[in-house]
Amino acid sequence: MLTEQEKQEISEELKHCERPEAAAIEALRVVQKKRGWVSDASLRDVAAQLSMTPAELDAVATFYSFIFRKPVGRHVIALCDSMVCWSLGHDDLYKLISTKLGIGYGETTGDNRFTLLPASCLGACDRAPAMMVDDELFGPVTPETIDEILSKYS
Amino acid sequence: MERPLTKNIRPNEDPLSLMEYEQAGGYRAVRTMLSTMSPQDVQVQVKASNLRGRGGAGFPTGMKWSFVPMGENAPKQKYFIVNADEMEPGAFKDRYLLEGDPHQLIEGIVVAAYAIQASHAYIFLRQGYGRAELLLNKAIAEAYENKLLGENILGSGFSLDLRIHTSAGRYICGEETALINALEGKRATPRAKPPFPQVSGLWGRPTVVNNVETVVNLPHIVNNGADWFKSIGGINDSGTKIYGVSGRVRNPGLWELPMGTMVSDLIEEQAGGMMDGYRLRAFMPGGASTDFLTPDHMNVRMDFDSVMKAGSRMGTGTITVLDDRTCPVGFVHSLEKFFRRESCGWCTPCREGLPWIERTLQAIETGKGEMSDLDLLTEQCRLLGPGNTFCALAPGAVEPLQSALKYFLEDFESHINNKHCPWKSI
Ligand SMILES: Cc1cc2nc3c(=O)[nH]c(=O)nc-3n(C[C@H](O)[C@H](O)[C@H](O)COP(=O)(O)O)c2cc1C
Ligand code: SF4
Repeated sequence: MLTEQEKQEISEELKHCERPEAAAIEALRVVQKKRGWVSDASLRDVAAQLSMTPAELDAVATFYSFIFRKPVGRHVIALCDSMVCWSLGHDDLYKLISTKLGIGYGETTGDNRFTLLPASCLGACDRAPAMMVDDELFGPVTPETIDEILSKYS
Repeated sequence: MERPLTKNIRPNEDPLSLMEYEQAGGYRAVRTMLSTMSPQDVQVQVKASNLRGRGGAGFPTGMKWSFVPMGENAPKQKYFIVNADEMEPGAFKDRYLLEGDPHQLIEGIVVAAYAIQASHAYIFLRQGYGRAELLLNKAIAEAYENKLLGENILGSGFSLDLRIHTSAGRYICGEETALINALEGKRATPRAKPPFPQVSGLWGRPTVVNNVETVVNLPHIVNNGADWFKSIGGINDSGTKIYGVSGRVRNPGLWELPMGTMVSDLIEEQAGGMMDGYRLRAFMPGGASTDFLTPDHMNVRMDFDSVMKAGSRMGTGTITVLDDRTCPVGFVHSLEKFFRRESCGWCTPCREGLPWIERTLQAIETGKGEMSDLDLLTEQCRLLGPGNTFCALAPGAVEPLQSALKYFLEDFESHINNKHCPWKSI
């Protein structure tokens, strides 16, 4: 069940849309903001509010890398693996983070603290290798600065 | 040297507020335009300036606009969309303009929207540019409060609604027809052309999509005229360009310079040359979908026509260098992994071909390749090339691959013959 506040925020988005489905991404993001991801139940509720079928909305939701249809940890690490970051040390950085947290790409730590994902170019090539944790950008990330960055997130 | 696009940008500081922007001469173009120019006048001036789209293809902006139906019988609702999807690996220039001077973008949007008489405008912003989103929202609110957006702008009778759509991360959304589908809440697969968006775009109505950097040029062209715009450019092309260099150079970054600045000037002067102990092996002139060029091309001018003549494309104008201590096969593998992941899956050659290319490159990189794989890759370059796929993503994906097979053939062969990557210790 969507909360009253979620429903209201989605209605607010709908006001600016030519047709309800145009608010699909915005609506899914409303749900994801608090809950971290979009469950089947939430997807059905959002679809109903947007006058879409769940399948139609899921086709859109699953298209995007940053709409999560599976649970993620409290923080999402998006590590850029595109060519500039790759050539400036992505593989080593990945190994290091993966060893420290005990997870690979697509996995979440046992304590639910972090999910690790590969990211396409973050538009920070002058700061390669770059990564984002939630909404924050870091770069250039070095093996020496990794601990400090991760320690900011509990 | 004039740097109209970046003159207000103060690195590591907040961008100019509306008041500061106006004090620096901002919104003068909008004021002049709304009081003295017709939409047609603006179109004529932009056409005369020879401004070419900075989204990658260099399509003349004035010409693009000229296909939009105008006048009494034209649809009342039309759209102007800023493409701020910037997800091409190697490209990071639009972020700088978005975060650095949001009012300049808004002013450009008002100019473009007025010229085509659009009623609604959108900024299509990529995922992960949260700071840009925040600063743009603030600037948009200021502009509304001061009657520079909304109903009856500055009492001129012209109205424009501007909204931001923040995407959720998919490179194909940058392709303009996929972008339009994304805005409609559909899966962001490209559309067939024709009809072109200028005639039938968002919700079937006339729509123009322009890149961020294209749009920020507009206020300056209105203020200073077409001849001035040509005069600050280079031999072949008008205006300035936001160039960039990234990779193993001493000073990666972005610089606004006259169109047609030489590659050597960018890599050696602006970026300070290669880091100690590294040599330049090759470079991509403007993002992941542009053919490699080599140190033999250091004297090529970075304008659309000159880079094309040299066998590549200027693309976004943000150069990526490949150094001599990085494996070119691994580098190309990383590139193709990106394209495979970002393919929208709509058409067969791209959906099936890119995973095949990626697996083949991975096999070669890890010492499991065979000589026949090189023929296979060459064949894939043809199958995914221009004319064989539904959009330009796939042809863009094989541009660097075909030039890698040309320039780094020895490296591919040595991986295969020696059954391991020479850049990795055994
Ligand atoms: C796969 C793909 C991705 C693209 N991504 C972008 C992008 O992120 N930003 C952009 O401005 N243009 C992008 N383009 C080009 C757009 O389709 C379009 O040509 C451009 O926005 C037009 O703007 P301009 O005329 O001002 O250059 C992309 C094209 C393709 C095929
Ligand atoms: S070329 Fe690739 S990205 Fe473009 S429509 Fe075909 S599958 Fe989609």
